[in-house]
Amino acid sequence: MKGRYGEFGGQYIPETLMNEIHRLEEAYEFYKNDKDFNDELNTLLKEYAGRPSLLYYAEKMTKDLGGAKIYLKREDLNHTGSHKINNVLGQVLLAKKMGKTRVIAETGAGQHGVATATGAALLGMECEIFMGKEDTIRQALNVYRMELLGAKVNAVTSGTMTLKDAVNEAMRNWTSRVDDTLYVLGSVMGPHPFPMMVRDFQSVISKEARAQILEKEGKLPSAVVACVGGGSNAMGAFYNFINDSEVKLIGCEAAGRGIETGKHAATIAKGEKGIFHGMKSLFCQDEYGQIAPVYSISAGLDYPGIGPEHAYLNEIGRAQYVPVKDDEAVEAFEYIARTEGIICAIESAHAVYHAMQIAPKMNKDDIIIVCLSGRGDKDVAAIARYRGVELYE
Amino acid sequence: MSKIHEAFENKKAFIAFLTGGDPDFETSVNLIKEAAKAGADLIEIGIPFSDPIAEGPVIQEANIRALSGGMTTDRIFDLVKEVRKDVTVPLVFLTYLNPVYHYGPEKFFRSCKDTGINGIIIPDMPFEEKGEILESAKKYGVELISLIAPTSDERIKMIAREAEGFIYVVSSLGVTGVRSEIKTDLKSIVESIREVTRIPTAIGFGISTPEQAEKMAKTADGVIVGSAMVKIVAKYGKDAAPYLYDYVKSMKEAVSSQ
Repeated sequence: MKGRYGEFGGQYIPETLMNEIHRLEEAYEFYKNDKDFNDELNTLLKEYAGRPSLLYYAEKMTKDLGGAKIYLKREDLNHTGSHKINNVLGQVLLAKKMGKTRVIAETGAGQHGVATATGAALLGMECEIFMGKEDTIRQALNVYRMELLGAKVNAVTSGTMTLKDAVNEAMRNWTSRVDDTLYVLGSVMGPHPFPMMVRDFQSVISKEARAQILEKEGKLPSAVVACVGGGSNAMGAFYNFINDSEVKLIGCEAAGRGIETGKHAATIAKGEKGIFHGMKSLFCQDEYGQIAPVYSISAGLDYPGIGPEHAYLNEIGRAQYVPVKDDEAVEAFEYIARTEGIICAIESAHAVYHAMQIAPKMNKDDIIIVCLSGRGDKDVAAIARYRGVELYE
Repeated sequence: MSKIHEAFENKKAFIAFLTGGDPDFETSVNLIKEAAKAGADLIEIGIPFSDPIAEGPVIQEANIRALSGGMTTDRIFDLVKEVRKDVTVPLVFLTYLNPVYHYGPEKFFRSCKDTGINGIIIPDMPFEEKGEILESAKKYGVELISLIAPTSDERIKMIAREAEGFIYVVSSLGVTGVRSEIKTDLKSIVESIREVTRIPTAIGFGISTPEQAEKMAKTADGVIVGSAMVKIVAKYGKDAAPYLYDYVKSMKEAVSSQ
């Protein structure tokens, strides 16, 4: 069924947006097979974003852990410092083809906001970003970065003032200006066609990684590991391996202070089926279906839902999802900095931590690919504070 | 004839919205009764939701007040039971899909029937997704009220053909809240609807003054007011009853003059 992954997905949005979402669907179906569109997008990805990203053999980490060979898919080296640019260039280009003059987006940590502001600056579009007020404080540097790029940043003061409220506000804003605006959703979530479209734009990660590992090692990896909030880097990293049944797909959710504490964002571990933000999926919610406040040290994983395709991959058992706590992610953040000289995003550190756990238990001829979804400059001040060092940007 | 049609029988309907449990259970029961006493022909009761994406700031805050006051779906049904002791006009719920889905549509609509709820409005459930609840709603005789927006265009007839109760015509783009001016060509939307159905229409979103209400009642069969009502509750809290009464009365008179 269109826009469904098993029973998950769908288009649960206000009537005001229905015609617009159908127009977006039609435009995407047309342009995804349009040669000029793809040539233009591929040129941008190569010449501007710096693709293909490296698949780097983390030799020191591998030797230290003493098991499977670890490769890092270096999305942190993309322009703007994360995988978010892959999707943004696709969507902003599509918006332009559709005749839109303005893009809006939600952001948590600020990576998607910065990427959208960047794409908008490059392609000459007006840009407004919605960011929870809490997050504008946690990530003040990224707010200024977006403003430098010419975007207007709206601090969202409704609800819990975090990522979910930023999505609410972006949706509200879109219903008030459908004519000239595209909502550039940052993850594989929301109403169809977003989960499919964002996954397609992010699938460049696994398309490259699959070819790169076959070239370097002559075989497929035993596991692909990625962090999951809404799930865009994970969906991108998994997608071209889904039919390779021997490749384990592992998503790492934010367990915050622990999934038993109530202070987490572990949707697969603790969420239940629900319908919210345009999709049927799994959500952290209370016994009456009120969306629960979630928590993670990582603003990018601090979201109460997960993309519908992940909910489906979990249900059919094709992918597995594991919770990783704040302190474990911080440990991995520091470990990879010391062993490989890479300061990765705290989001990505959730995936690194899980790789550190499974690698020693695997054979030396096994291979793990970890999606290093972003770089960690934005997190340095927060990690310092976590360690009791009073450092402000 | 459906219970909801009573609201439109030989008159233009004034439809009042209040968030259930705002600011607290007792006050909310009294305010709904007061609105009925002042002449509201149909009352929409909002089931508070943590993330009401179709609402502007005024109703968002009412949702927060009600939830902070301990409102739950079970308590809402208790509230309806209390209200129904005195109120005979049609009552409909306005809520979001997740609270209904999570409660379980079968159990939810059975409770609607048991307590005396006649219809439901779900702003985040478009025509194509109504299969989520339609069967259960029908089973318990709860009418599903459809929304038609300024952007609905060729969808108008598709929605209107299967409409029940009344059709909620959204006056403007964006979310709920008071507006100084409404520019949409509502007359042509209502005309398109009337080509395919005799179900009554009511216009909502942005209406607050008697002048606006009078104008809208010329076009449609009813007028819906939410944010302006909720503002009075926000301002006067437990003492809102007389202010709300006067307001509803003035709006009802404006609508009736048509």
